[in-house]
Amino acid sequence: MENRSIVSIADYSREKIQYLLDMAAEFERKPNRTILQGKVVATLFFEPSTRTRLSFETAANRLGARVIGFADPKITSGTKGETLKDTIKMVSNYADVIVMRHKLEGAALYASEVTNVPIINAGDGSNLHPSQTMLDLYSIYKTQGTLENLNIYMVGDLKYGRTVHSLLMSMRPYNPTFHFIAPKELEMPEEYKEYCKEKGIKYIEQQDFTEDTIADADILYMTRVQKERFSDLMEYERVKDAYILRADMLGKCRDNMKILHPLPRVNEIEYDVDDSKHAYYFQQAQNGLYAREALICDVLGITLDEIKNEK
Amino acid sequence: MKNKDLLVAALQNGSVIDHIPTDKLFTIARLLELEKFVEPVTIGNNLESSKMGKKGLIKVSGKFFTDQELSRLAVVCPNMQLTVIRDYEVVEKREIALPARLVNVVKCANPVCITNNEPMKTIFEVDKLKGLVQCHYCGKTQKIGKINLL
Ligand SMILES: [Zn+2]
Repeated sequence: MENRSIVSIADYSREKIQYLLDMAAEFERKPNRTILQGKVVATLFFEPSTRTRLSFETAANRLGARVIGFADPKITSGTKGETLKDTIKMVSNYADVIVMRHKLEGAALYASEVTNVPIINAGDGSNLHPSQTMLDLYSIYKTQGTLENLNIYMVGDLKYGRTVHSLLMSMRPYNPTFHFIAPKELEMPEEYKEYCKEKGIKYIEQQDFTEDTIADADILYMTRVQKERFSDLMEYERVKDAYILRADMLGKCRDNMKILHPLPRVNEIEYDVDDSKHAYYFQQAQNGLYAREALICDVLGITLDEIKNEK
Repeated sequence: MKNKDLLVAALQNGSVIDHIPTDKLFTIARLLELEKFVEPVTIGNNLESSKMGKKGLIKVSGKFFTDQELSRLAVVCPNMQLTVIRDYEVVEKREIALPARLVNVVKCANPVCITNNEPMKTIFEVDKLKGLVQCHYCGKTQKIGKINLL
């Protein structure tokens, strides 16, 4: 049997991405449906993430599915020493789809190998988080009208920020130009710069984050700069305020420029930015619902035509 | 050449691992767990070699190595040679090559990889050109030659 699991979308083709974007757009047009009536979606959060779990559960509910699962690993048998495999095997008897989040890298891929029930990776360690990437792509596509030839500026923690890594790889087919704006200690890791070189993706690295350096951005992708990521606290004190976006920095930016952020934010976007027409992070989070509705349908083998033709 | 003739000649059924770098001989012997063998085992080191200058060689009676056992050796040391002997005849002679995929041979160097926290087999893809192995599950790479075996 073909395994329709979504573990990573980093190597998805242009056609497949477009198909999922079209499906997300169809769900945005009409988010509430009955196409999953009679289906059971399991959400297994071996690592807690309220935001992601609520988004997936809302997506499942709005399509008419029932939801089972757990939100906290402490209350599951994982702590009694049950293996991941056994938990997945057990839940596979009950559910039509398993959405899982795990703190260990590669957990979702392994889970997809031990069951015939499709798995959706809702994040495994610092490794992959395809549903976040899908909603990022959808947000970019929706606000820019295309994914082609964009200037994408990534700001903040580019070392540990897995969302920027996944987004970088997923943009591969669309001839992007990346600007990596980060403090030295949190700069884009060598392996991703190597990836860009191998795939012929243009990138520029810089440490200055000013009105002028972001003037040509189409997308400004902000991330959290967290204290605990720094080995040198002096360095943290020195750079902590250097990567904060303020409304007065938006004077020279492009009209079409949109600000994205995977949320939750700490202090890296000032509240005065929220009222700007460039602020898009709250709508971005809402797009997560449509993107996740699309991912759930896709792993169940429900096609775009079937969704469009549903009465 | 004399040395080698002597060492190989007496084998009726078994295997010879040849072209072992002299500094790797005892590592290879340990990996093969030769101390557990009951049939005759011959270990030679610093033998003359036209190709390598000096080399090591291991000869074991009544033992035919599996691909799994040979993969472990290839990870530690590429380009050794295997000779299989049945009824005093050489039935197979080949290089012990690194396979494209190593199953349950390598331990992942990433402590938060699922393979280090779940009873399961490890899988590594081998990139001979770059001299790397990559974990199928977490994607972490390791340099061939600096690999931890399971
Ligand atoms: Zn690994």
